[in-house]
Amino acid sequence: MLAKALRGVGQTLITFGVVILFFCAYELWFTGLETRAEQKKGKAELLEEWAAPAPTATTAPNAPSAPAVELGDGLAILRIPRIGRDYAKVVFEGVRMSDLKRGPGHYPGTALPGQVGNFVVSGHRTTYGAPFGQQEELALGDAIVVETRDRWFTYRVVLEEIVSPRDVAVILPVPRKPGARPTTALLTMTTCHPKYSARQRLITTAELVATEMKTAGRLPAALQG
Amino acid sequence: MYVWIWRHLPGGLAGKVAGSVLLLAAAAAFLFLVVFPAVEPRLPFNDVTVDPSSLRAGPQAFGE
Repeated sequence: MLAKALRGVGQTLITFGVVILFFCAYELWFTGLETRAEQKKGKAELLEEWAAPAPTATTAPNAPSAPAVELGDGLAILRIPRIGRDYAKVVFEGVRMSDLKRGPGHYPGTALPGQVGNFVVSGHRTTYGAPFGQQEELALGDAIVVETRDRWFTYRVVLEEIVSPRDVAVILPVPRKPGARPTTALLTMTTCHPKYSARQRLITTAELVATEMKTAGRLPAALQG
Repeated sequence: MYVWIWRHLPGGLAGKVAGSVLLLAAAAAFLFLVVFPAVEPRLPFNDVTVDPSSLRAGPQAFGE
């Protein structure tokens, strides 16, 4: 009787253990499959959209280079040569769980690519394809290139910090200065920290150094070589 | 429980092995497609944003 009960307990514990292992496999591998498919689809859609003439072409010099997008739409393509020559992720509008499952997400309401202010993008570090899994490898001065419909924006990393999840000051138009009027165009990447945890956030801030119009067959300097 | 299942699987050794694999696959599919996606949002380690709740205050606070 006792032996039978013990065997039951043992089997239950082993089952729990296996389920936990399966969950790890789900988080670290299976979620990435979904993201990979979404990235592929998003990239194709974005390139197709860019190939078509702009719906509301604006010629004002100060107009944002990318029009405002709906939540869940593809917004830009993010390239980071330090992470890899072929690293190119579609940034979607929104930081809802459903947006971040598809790739890096742009905080609605923060600046658009190239705009004066702070273009803030969040991404998963270990799950869902881990688009920002190598964010920590970025060093000061490294290039982050953002591709939009008609332009390349090259940013250079100026600041890396680890902050509390509640520290929203890092995504302000002028980080840490509430109410201040921005004069430079920044890009801020956020992901969780330490790896596999959500206790803190890893923040990488970069400043716009070059804006180039897209011309056929020409890549911005940071992507050459 | 596993012993009970093994005993009740039909078809000799080959059938029992095939049945076990099938049951295991079904259990894994149920976990991967139903249970884990439902549990995941309740776990904290996928949070990558800085306090998204405060963003509901409105885009004006962050935009320019």
